[in-house]
Amino acid sequence: MPKEYRTIQEVAGPLMLVTGVEDVTYDELGEIELANGETRRCKVLEIDGNNALVQLFEPAAGINLSNSKVRFLGRSMELGVSEDMLSRVFDGLGRPIDDGPEILPEARKDINGLAMNPAARVYPEEFIQTGVSAIDGLNTLVRGQKLPIFSGSGLPHADLGAQIARQAKVRGTSEPFAVVFAAMGITFEESNFFIESFRETGAIDRTVMFVNLANDPAIERISTPRMALTAAEFLAFEKNMHVLVILTDITNYADALREVSAARKEVPGRRGYPGYLYTDLATIYERAGRQQGSNGSITLIPILSMPEDDKTHPIPDLTGYITEGQIILSRDLYRKGVAPPIDVLPSLSRLKDKGIGKGKTRADHANTMNQLFAAYARGKDAKELMVVLGEAALTDIDKLYAKFADAFENEYVSQGYTANRDIEETLAIGWRLLSILPRSELKRIKDEFLDEYYGKV
Amino acid sequence: MSKGTIKKVAGPLVIAEGMRDANMFDVVRVSEQRLIGEIIEIHGDEASVQVYEETSGLGPGEPVESTGMQMSVELGPGLITSIYDGIQRPLDEIMKISGNNLQRGVEVPALKRDITWEFVPVKAIGDSVVAGDILGTVQETEIIEHRVMVPHGIEGKIKQIHKGDMTVEEVVAVIETAEGDKDVTMMQRWPVRVGRPYKQKLSPDVPLVTGQRVIDALFPIAKGGVAAVPGPFGSGKTVVQHQLAKWAEADIVVYIGCGERGNEMTDVLNEFPELIDPKTGRSLMERTVLIANTSDMPVAAREASIYTGITIAEYFRDMGYSVALMADSTSRWAEALREMSGRLEEMPGEEGYPAYLSSRLAGFYERAGRVITLSGDDRQGSLSVIGAVSPPGGDISEPVSQATLRIVKVFWRLDSALAYSRHFPAINWLNSYSLYESNMGPWFNENVESDWMELRAQMMRLLQDEAELQEIVQLVGMDALSAPDRLKLEAARSIREDFLHQDAFHEVDTYTPLEKQYLLMQLVLNYYELAGEALSKGTAIDDLVKLEVREQIGRFKYVPSDQVKAEYDKILKTLEVDINNLSKKEDF
Repeated sequence: MPKEYRTIQEVAGPLMLVTGVEDVTYDELGEIELANGETRRCKVLEIDGNNALVQLFEPAAGINLSNSKVRFLGRSMELGVSEDMLSRVFDGLGRPIDDGPEILPEARKDINGLAMNPAARVYPEEFIQTGVSAIDGLNTLVRGQKLPIFSGSGLPHADLGAQIARQAKVRGTSEPFAVVFAAMGITFEESNFFIESFRETGAIDRTVMFVNLANDPAIERISTPRMALTAAEFLAFEKNMHVLVILTDITNYADALREVSAARKEVPGRRGYPGYLYTDLATIYERAGRQQGSNGSITLIPILSMPEDDKTHPIPDLTGYITEGQIILSRDLYRKGVAPPIDVLPSLSRLKDKGIGKGKTRADHANTMNQLFAAYARGKDAKELMVVLGEAALTDIDKLYAKFADAFENEYVSQGYTANRDIEETLAIGWRLLSILPRSELKRIKDEFLDEYYGKV
Repeated sequence: MSKGTIKKVAGPLVIAEGMRDANMFDVVRVSEQRLIGEIIEIHGDEASVQVYEETSGLGPGEPVESTGMQMSVELGPGLITSIYDGIQRPLDEIMKISGNNLQRGVEVPALKRDITWEFVPVKAIGDSVVAGDILGTVQETEIIEHRVMVPHGIEGKIKQIHKGDMTVEEVVAVIETAEGDKDVTMMQRWPVRVGRPYKQKLSPDVPLVTGQRVIDALFPIAKGGVAAVPGPFGSGKTVVQHQLAKWAEADIVVYIGCGERGNEMTDVLNEFPELIDPKTGRSLMERTVLIANTSDMPVAAREASIYTGITIAEYFRDMGYSVALMADSTSRWAEALREMSGRLEEMPGEEGYPAYLSSRLAGFYERAGRVITLSGDDRQGSLSVIGAVSPPGGDISEPVSQATLRIVKVFWRLDSALAYSRHFPAINWLNSYSLYESNMGPWFNENVESDWMELRAQMMRLLQDEAELQEIVQLVGMDALSAPDRLKLEAARSIREDFLHQDAFHEVDTYTPLEKQYLLMQLVLNYYELAGEALSKGTAIDDLVKLEVREQIGRFKYVPSDQVKAEYDKILKTLEVDINNLSKKEDF
């Protein structure tokens, strides 16, 4: 029986100071027992001699300095994992909330995980077909990649996220897959939207859900993504499943982290977020990937809403530096009725080059992709010029580019949330649009592909 | 050696008491798990230790033991082709011990102890030697001859020297010095935070040829120079760094992945052994040392990683090699510094970074250079450093970028607008610079073609003019421009699309030798010149813009090296004939 302490000295926000403790270690999990028998969880943030600074995972309401007791459990925060977790719903701290039975764990895993040895990683290069042209054709997702969706409040990131989860598949395989879904501080409607969407397609049986809603305690959110990834690591690397992890919304997670940091009176970095936000996010995102000796993979799609649609805000900014690309949603395109409103120019998939081409998608994929990007960028410039000076000011060729840009948005990017286009269809649409331009403009495409496809689709 | 106990644990910072006898920057072993740490502050008998491994589970009362040594690296045969973490532990060996995830407290020597290397003496018994002299050589890889040098602080006569297969710990020579006989092994140690000494620094005047057109032609870096690549995420910093690691004409490449993505290191590990160095015909891995401290690995080791890397690089420089070091990214290193500084409760400078940020950065970059090494034979070696900077939001007014800019001589500014239009490398030609350009101009003129610098100047002028003309076009439209100005715009577009744009993933385009770069510059500028002449004779601008031969110029960069000259002659001929035909047409 661990020692119990009745020596809580301070409770301030999510922090608590316990004095006179012995044999307590850094990062150790603790339990607070209230007078009414209720228990709350916490962990050691700092240990200085006999004083332990403790961070609560649950609300502080009801904690009393004189009659609440603290126990330290001699281990860090763990999650009991098992294949039975599929189709179940848990709260942000990994407790079942779906009226189902407790999970009988096959193993207990530290939720912080261990860093993957870079020498043990397997480079992700298997093309995942999401059925969304703007992703498959231009920002290709591969198995084991971490590709966030940068959105803004009011934009349809949930529709896109659910569409990807529903349609994603590796062509020509029927390997076991699973979805791990973690909700952090999102509304009931949004969370329910995902659940309903999984239910409709039957994916719900292959899904593990960790749900921390907007009215659940904010500090619980700090462990939610780690719970989800611990479950995902178990399914991927021990049960050889291909796991798609969706984390939404990272902005709420970072805000919870800021709350704890502020309570500790740490020197803030940009916009009040702690200086270690990069490292902290990296320990979440970097858990995606593939590793040697296992067939499974973790593909991670974090969703975050950019405050004021500002890509340079610390959360999207640091995320972009860690993840392997980003899918950016644009309010302008949304207003124009483009669905999904993916802004392809600033979007990027860093791993696409190894995931496309002959034997994976099609030999002409890389060339057409570069050409579509370049042409759309020029078309947008032409359109801007047209707004200022009128159509007459454009050269003939720029008029064609402007026409291309419009067609590109309406036919290539816009497809709705139910269309599931295979890669051949995506490439065919690309060629049809490129044929708007004269062949001499298509400098980024090899002659052999032009001979084969230009004007023929 | 001093032994103390843990008093406080806060993240990677451990405070130990009873450490009065420890020295500043001593390496310590923390707790029963013997985690590696380094003393970074001493107050009375309390020492602040930054721990290079995850500290969860540590508590007060556990032992802390000083090793009495500073953080050092092992230098000797076996470095090349290795992949190390931030404190020089071999990641492939760790994997054999602890599996796919990094466990704590793993102890593996940096250089393999059981491998033997064939040591071939170049000095003989009775020879007098000074520190830095080459005692003998080891063929470390097919292309790298490892030169075993007399360690620093040793000077005297060789008493014994052995030939044959030996491990790094066996004595290869005994040197009789004023302080008695000293054993020399193939391995030596050097503290990472101290730059290795040299006799004299020289000013850099030979370019480090990279095969990247925008770099070699417009903003070249010198052997022994320092360059910074700042840019927002997605602008291609890492691709630029990888391209340089692959194609830069250095003998040795040290690549430090500091706080970056794990998959990027895997990419390097997969790709480099497959790639063939055009100069030696051997795999690129045979000249590469990798340091990987990815973003999810402990933050304190990230701080150490760039010092580990540069010390290894200096060691090869001392052998007389030209070494290139890439650090991706120095911003992550600075953040690690900030995190430790925060935990030490130091008074922060700008944006929470410690006040000593800029002096630390300067100290790091200043370890680059072209030098005459210590040793009797005045060998020359060079160490070029290329640091990536990841400014938040791409805004280079932040402290790390600014501190870096004050030191570096070459600045490749990556631009997100260029990246969006998939113009790679996205190095902005208007606000990047190279301060070595005038130093190295004569080299290019002598070694490539005598008018290299002139062509370069013409290109820069056209690009500059284009920027000004574009402003006018934005205001009043293309029609307002005169025909010569429109031609200028076309020529500048051709420079951008046909010359500067380079596809890192295209088998031919990924590397362009200087001779081919020159020919391509000639083609682009010849078009401008010939078209200009035709224009003055009355040829219509639209016809000149639509010339079919321009498409061939655009494809010239994809022409394999062996056909370059023939293709060049052919295109030039067509260009002359076609333009001539156009002006004839006008005559009728």
